[in-house]
Amino acid sequence: MSATNQAATEQYDYDIIKKFSIMAIVWAVVGMFVGVYIASELAWPFLNFDSPYFSFGRFRPVHTGAVIFGFGGSALFATSYYVVQRTCQTRLFAPGLATFTFWGWQAIIVLAAASYVLGYSQGREYAEMEWPIDILILFVWVAYLAVYVGTLMKRKQAHIYVANWFYLSFILATALLHTFNNLAVPVNLFTLKSYSLFAGTQDAMTQWWYGHNAVGFFLTAAFLGMMYYFVPKHAGRPVYSYRLSIVHFWALSFMYMWVGTHHLHWTALPDWASTLGATFSIMLLLPSWGGMINGIMTLSGAWDKLRTDPIMRFMIVALSFYGMSTFEGPLMSLKDVNALSHYTDWTVGHVHSGALGWVAMISFGSLYHMMPRLWNTTMYSEKLINMHFWLATIGTLLYITAMWISGISQGLMWRAFDEFGNLQYSFVESVAAMHPFYAMRAIGGVFFLAGMLLMAYNMYQTIRQGVRAEAAGARAAAATA
Amino acid sequence: MEWFANPENTKPLGLLIFFITFCLIVLWVYGNKKRGKRLEEHKNIPFLDDDEVKKD
Repeated sequence: MSATNQAATEQYDYDIIKKFSIMAIVWAVVGMFVGVYIASELAWPFLNFDSPYFSFGRFRPVHTGAVIFGFGGSALFATSYYVVQRTCQTRLFAPGLATFTFWGWQAIIVLAAASYVLGYSQGREYAEMEWPIDILILFVWVAYLAVYVGTLMKRKQAHIYVANWFYLSFILATALLHTFNNLAVPVNLFTLKSYSLFAGTQDAMTQWWYGHNAVGFFLTAAFLGMMYYFVPKHAGRPVYSYRLSIVHFWALSFMYMWVGTHHLHWTALPDWASTLGATFSIMLLLPSWGGMINGIMTLSGAWDKLRTDPIMRFMIVALSFYGMSTFEGPLMSLKDVNALSHYTDWTVGHVHSGALGWVAMISFGSLYHMMPRLWNTTMYSEKLINMHFWLATIGTLLYITAMWISGISQGLMWRAFDEFGNLQYSFVESVAAMHPFYAMRAIGGVFFLAGMLLMAYNMYQTIRQGVRAEAAGARAAAATA
Repeated sequence: MEWFANPENTKPLGLLIFFITFCLIVLWVYGNKKRGKRLEEHKNIPFLDDDEVKKD
């Protein structure tokens, strides 16, 4: 296997993948640390220190930007460059352009975080970057598309493997979403401030068309691409049904674009648009569960791997959380359920069951599979992977359970009336009642962050081990020459 | 053209186009045993890269 891997490191362009993988881990640590800090601010508000630079409002987009675009984005760049090369059996097209995507993407994450702390934000969820950063994203994204499509075009394999379809749909959809959501008029050329081209309800609809499709294509389709390569590869057996993966792909692509309006139930949005969003959300349950079953059943006949292999456990638990979140999402999109859940912590819990349980765990599993192969070595410690798995699972469960309780309590308290028809609770009473659950959520975050730190240490040692072995090999080769 | 400018016409038309296309894809995937077998063979692509390396 070692000889095979040695050849693979020469056959494929691994340098860019190594860079993105390392930065995925760096951003995960940074983003999750900020996440724990802002969760603690909500439980213990003195942590805001009466300073705008430490306030929840400014740190929150730093957290979401670092984990979604820093960690998730870098992990996607890394795995997509790995998968496209290995399934097309060719090297990356335009390696210089690929290097540009690395430096450009890292610059975007740093500039965005700095601008949020300094108080610059468009106020659009998951798209808070002001216009100059948006333009930089556009350049990087077009370069990414060129590298990806260029590599597909010079493939040695006649068929394009389905994982690449998911990655490509993520790249195309993100380009479309980013462009239309960020159409804005700058106040002038020398200021970061700009105003959206849309107004009122149209602006809200554009934002949630972007917002939910960012979930659908960035946080779902792309990570499904990861799943369709790394689950079969790590299990050592092909995906359960290739035909089901094709139907899964097309059904997701058709349906996701329509569901954004379920974020705007009971608002000024026309009722038909709201109903359309809910209807498509319910329909999405079928392809989502089809994909989940396809992933899990890949392990059919080799279930014992779940007992012995912590990386496999990460992947299968990720798929289970994918199934759970894609059941909870359609449920919350129903207008009557939404009347209770909207604007409460239930939504925050739902997002994190997808983000921590699905996105982060499938990324952990894939990185644990891929990174030792990049450095032509094995993982430094399997025991640490196992500990990471349990810390991540307990952390996620603590987080989402706390948010279910607090979210449903909030919804019920806000709609409770007394015998005279007045609101039974003031808003501040509902805030006070949430305190124990906010503390519980912060503790869940600490568990998840602790697991991430273990992964960072384990990866550092793995890379060091690989670099040392390579240097020793080079010395031995030089001595015999 | 005026007919297309009316959302009450284009909404069901859009739905029909997407639904029929989706049905055709499902039919294409599951409608023919020989094609199905050929499609299923593609699931082995992730395992071909190691063979490719060994050949080198």
